[in-house]
This record gives sequence, C-alpha cells and structure tokens, in this order.
Amino acid sequence: METLAWGLLDLLLIAALLALAWGALSGKNLQRAVVHFIGFGLLLALIWLRLRAPDIALAEAAIGAGLTGALLLAALRDTPREVVSGADQPGDAKAANSFGVAAGLALLSGGLVVLLAMAYLQALEQADPVRLAQQIQIHLEQTGVSNPVTAVLLNFRAYDTLLELAVLMAAVLGIMALGPARAAYLASGTMLSGLSRWLTPILILVSGYLLWVGAHAPGGAFQAGALLAGAGVLLRLAGFPDQQIPPATVLRSLIITGVSLFLAVGLGVMLAGRGFLDYPPAWAGGLILLIETAATLGIATTLVLAFLGGAPPQWTGLHGSGPAAGEPNS
Amino acid sequence: MIDAQLVYGLAGILLFSMGLRSAFSSTALLRRVLAINVAGAGLFLLLIAVAYRGLDKAPDPLPHALVLTGIVVAFSATALALALGRRLQETSDDE
Repeated sequence: METLAWGLLDLLLIAALLALAWGALSGKNLQRAVVHFIGFGLLLALIWLRLRAPDIALAEAAIGAGLTGALLLAALRDTPREVVSGADQPGDAKAANSFGVAAGLALLSGGLVVLLAMAYLQALEQADPVRLAQQIQIHLEQTGVSNPVTAVLLNFRAYDTLLELAVLMAAVLGIMALGPARAAYLASGTMLSGLSRWLTPILILVSGYLLWVGAHAPGGAFQAGALLAGAGVLLRLAGFPDQQIPPATVLRSLIITGVSLFLAVGLGVMLAGRGFLDYPPAWAGGLILLIETAATLGIATTLVLAFLGGAPPQWTGLHGSGPAAGEPNS
Repeated sequence: MIDAQLVYGLAGILLFSMGLRSAFSSTALLRRVLAINVAGAGLFLLLIAVAYRGLDKAPDPLPHALVLTGIVVAFSATALALALGRRLQETSDDE
C-alpha cells in the first residue's frame, strides 16, 4: 500500500511527537514544559495533515497549539516563581512521590497501555462492518454542503454541535464568575504593535474566508472563530489601550448569539412541520451558513474571554474594579 | 509496509497513558493541565488513526467531527481549570 518512505516518515513523526510529549511532562522547569507543549501541538497539526485531516490540522494549529500555548504562557505569569523553576520540588522530581505510589502508577499505566493496545489490535482485525462513513457519503448531497466534516458537524450531528456551543458558553460563564481578568499588558514596542496592526485585518479577512469555504473545502465555523480569537489575543498582547474589547452589552450578545441562533433555526424548522434541526434540503446550505456565521462570532468571543481568564473591566457590576482588573502590568 | 493506522493508534495509546500517569503524579497545577492535554491529544490521535483509510481513499469524517469538537472543548476546559487555579492561588495568598 504505502512505500517505505511513508513508513519512515511516520516513524520519524511519532518519535518526535513522543519526545516533545516527554519534554512537556518531565523535567522540573514549567516554562520549558510549556514551550515543549507548543511544539507538540504544531507537530500534531502536521500529523493531522499526514493522516488526511486538514480541518483538524487547521483547528489544532489555531486552538491546540496557538491559543492553548498563549493561555499557558499567560498562566505562567500567575504561577509563583519557585513552582515555575521547579525549585520547590525536593531533589529529583520523581522523589516527590513515595516509591510505592510511583511503582503503582508505573504498573497501572503500563498495564493500561498493554490492555488498550490489545483491544486496538483486536478491533483492527475485525471485518469492516457497515460503517457510518458510507451512509454519510450516500446522503451528502442532501446536506447542502459538500465538505463531509461540515456536513457531519452541522447537519447529521447538528444537535451535538449545539450542545458543544452551550458547553463553551458554560465554561466562559464559569470563568467570568471566578474573578477579574488577568492584568493587561503594557503598550508594546514598534515591532509587535506594527505587526498586529497589519495582521488583524488580514486575520479577519482569512477568518471570513474560512467560514465561507467550509462548505466545500477544509474550513468552517470553528477554524474561523479560532482565527478571529487569535486576532483578539494579538491585540491584547500588543497592549493597545483598552485592548479593543467591546462594551459589555456587545460581549454578552455575542456570547449568546451562537447558541441562540442555532436554537432559533432548530425550532424554526419545527414550525414548518419538520423535526428539530431537520433542515429542508433546499434551504440547508443557507441555514448552515447562517448558523456558522453566528457560531464563529460566538466562538471567537468565548475563546478571547477564556484567554482573558476572567471578567474584563467593561463587564461592569460583577466585580469591584480593583487594581488587578484593568491596570497594565508587564 | 508499516501500517499507518496501527502505528499512529499505538502512539495515541502511549500518549494517553503518559499523560494520565503524569496527571496523577505531578503536584503543580500547570503540569497537570499539560498532562491532561497530552492525554487528550493521544485520544484524538487514536480517533483519527481509526478514521484513516490510506492515501487514496477519503477518510471517515465522523471521527474528524468528534475530534474537532474535542479540541475546542479541551481548550475551554483548560481555560476554566487555569482560572480556578488562579483563584485558589489568590485565596491561599490572602490567608
């Protein structure tokens, strides 16, 4: 099937991936671990491309490596210095646990690997049953889009995506309730502020493109929302005054807009006599684009607020405007 | 030659196990969050490996949709965990 070259590439990619994961999980210095993790995410994006998953690759690079990496680096700021450098660990980091606990954990994880590997090998040997992939292929033209992943996300399993947007909303509500946002950044030098002035309109444009093209090529609401969130995070890091965060009413309406429009469409088609979220095939493409647009804005807002780590100063009436809320600090 | 589905699936299982073990044995919150993320990435790798059909056939899109959802939810869970950790740090500093 595949040549030796591909096999060698696979082994190389996997070895690098495991090495980066090891770097992220071992060692005492947390900053080093976070940087390893960012590299891990980017390499994983390449592996998704190798495994013919370009939609996942886009999302992994933007969210898994980019936004998560930025979030972890911001979280390093909050962590006390001794914890970051690992100086509070006694001697060797492994000695923190007693020998019994460490041995038990090693045994359990080894046993888990063996068990899962055996189950996986057995599952691979099974004859291919009637797979849902064939069903998706058969019914693809009735969905209104030609990208099968978008069709699954927003038509076949639209209910799951609606619930996922609700989960995002719940997470961000939890984050807002916990306290004020992280301290803002000082205005940065020429390089970063100049670059962010150039990049922000480009990111907005590419985000709109990804939203549009998701119907027939890799792309879609999640990738577009992640890019928009990247623009928001970039503006925050460059330290622009009030970080271009919209007022609280706009933020609130953007957060609920993804879920509520999705719900409205789902209930709306019920008025036409169809089931919940059962789009009429003639309207499916347009409805999906409408839902995806609202979802993009909602996802972008949610991801930026998650990066902020709390209620921004504009979110009035929730927390006292203490010094940590809006004053810049390096 | 080497079956890509097999190799990537086993790598995913290894990553999951590594992440889980590190999540249980570490003390710093940031390290545990990293470990859970690595375990999640291992699971995603397993799912995408199962969906892989070779270089010439289109992959199975259903696990792709699951993993896409998973990546976004994992990020929001990480953000919530870190916000909780920051709050705990503040309250323990106040005492």
